[in-house]
Amino acid sequence: MMNARVKERVAFALMTLCTVLVLIPVLLIPLYILARGIGALSWEFLTQPPREGMLAGGIMPPLVGTLMLVFGVIVVAVPLGVLSAVYLSEYARQGRWVRIIRLAIINLAGVPSVVYGLFGLGLFVLFLKLGTSLISGILTLSVLVLPIIITSTEEALRVVPQSYREASYAMGATRWQTLSRITLPQALGGIITGTILSIGRAAGETAPIMFTAAAFDLPHLPKSVKDPIMALPYHLYIISTQVPDAPPRIQWGTALVLLLLVLSMSLIAALVRARVRKNLRW
Amino acid sequence: MVAISPTDLSSAVSVRNLHLWYGGFHALKGVSVDLPTRQITALIGPSGCGKSTFLRCINRMNDLIEGVRVEGEVLIEGTNLYAPNTDVVDLRKRVGMVFQRPNPFPKSIYDNVAYGPRLHGMKKADMEEIVEQSLKQAALWDEVKDSLRKSALDLSGGQQQRLCIARALAIQPDILLMDEPWSALDPISTFKIEELMLDLRHDYTVLLVTHNMFQASRVSQFTGFFLTGELVEFGQTEGLFEAPTDKRTDDYIRGRFG
Repeated sequence: MMNARVKERVAFALMTLCTVLVLIPVLLIPLYILARGIGALSWEFLTQPPREGMLAGGIMPPLVGTLMLVFGVIVVAVPLGVLSAVYLSEYARQGRWVRIIRLAIINLAGVPSVVYGLFGLGLFVLFLKLGTSLISGILTLSVLVLPIIITSTEEALRVVPQSYREASYAMGATRWQTLSRITLPQALGGIITGTILSIGRAAGETAPIMFTAAAFDLPHLPKSVKDPIMALPYHLYIISTQVPDAPPRIQWGTALVLLLLVLSMSLIAALVRARVRKNLRW
Repeated sequence: MVAISPTDLSSAVSVRNLHLWYGGFHALKGVSVDLPTRQITALIGPSGCGKSTFLRCINRMNDLIEGVRVEGEVLIEGTNLYAPNTDVVDLRKRVGMVFQRPNPFPKSIYDNVAYGPRLHGMKKADMEEIVEQSLKQAALWDEVKDSLRKSALDLSGGQQQRLCIARALAIQPDILLMDEPWSALDPISTFKIEELMLDLRHDYTVLLVTHNMFQASRVSQFTGFFLTGELVEFGQTEGLFEAPTDKRTDDYIRGRFG
């Protein structure tokens, strides 16, 4: 029999070990990418298109393409996701149907992204005849992030104490007044955080856009939403696997830019949350 | 269950054969009662007897709970709250409510009190006056008049509960529902709220749910005793506590169960 103190020590040591193990990749991945990619970063790298069959030049078209995708997803998926989550958790009768819908949405969040790619190919590219285009990519990525936005928004609404809603209703507030004056402001930090993180995910996905939006190499930027685009994750995939002699410097540089893009979104999320929290506290 | 009409006072709320089910659970079994105008009516009874449920029927707060079914009538000035065409939102403007636990909004003290009046479109010019008046009525004004812009969450529990009373009074209701308003408070805060209630009675019809029979006897003029979803007895507080007519009331008051 181990005594309580020994058990405590063993458990504690085990947890410390796990934390250290988790920290290793968390630190190593960004540091390694930073070390190998920092040499490629320059104004030219960010503002020039690839040259000489991707053996030289920069990443301007895929960078701009990804920013366009992200912007499109914000316009399409955020209002759709947030409003439907608000409906589900604040307006809808919490019966069997809502439970089934909610379960389906949660499960959708776990579907592999390549499945979304095929879905987007079938629905947007072929059936709706949008072709391989920016708009097809935006819609496919929107479908991908919708379950995440809905789930995180519902979660943010759920943590708003029911007693606030009750107090508001008891004073003769309508549902909309309660929502707009009490519940939404309270949940806003959580909603924004979840939304930005999900959009960060959209920015980094390859599979959903490779069938729907991304082109191998384009000399110019898209002129309309019906044109194909280049995108960072897909470009990284191409120069890592399809261009045998691509210089590692460019590969790591591209990876670093993508990483910084996603990290900066997480950073914005954290700042916004801190800001909203401060405003709420009075 | 027979309706017992207390004295010849006018009644602010008349309840007729009110039943309520939570899913399959029959929580209120045909309650009929007239609540006298500008008096404090206390509802006593053991936990789960339906007294809070009954209270929440008067402003239809039970509507927020899934699976609740209500039958019967609750009449305020002749209007049945449960008639299909009743505007619930409009009704709640006339019925203020104070909850078991203080639940101020995470806003400033001022904005908490102004919440109701703003909802109902009160002009900015009148706002300061109504806020001050409500805080005075709730006996909180002197403590917060210099810090109206501070967060309500920085107040003590007792102050928060008086703020919630002020917030409820600011919509200028006729009826005030109080669901064990001191259950989360210390004795001094409880005492302050008890004193406050005695003042409120001159202007409002107060319906008070409480576990504490001593409090009920101290602050109320009328008392109703609930047991397993029935209103067993209703009458003037003094009479009910000194000479209950029902044996179950007698047992409860003498502490034989509950």
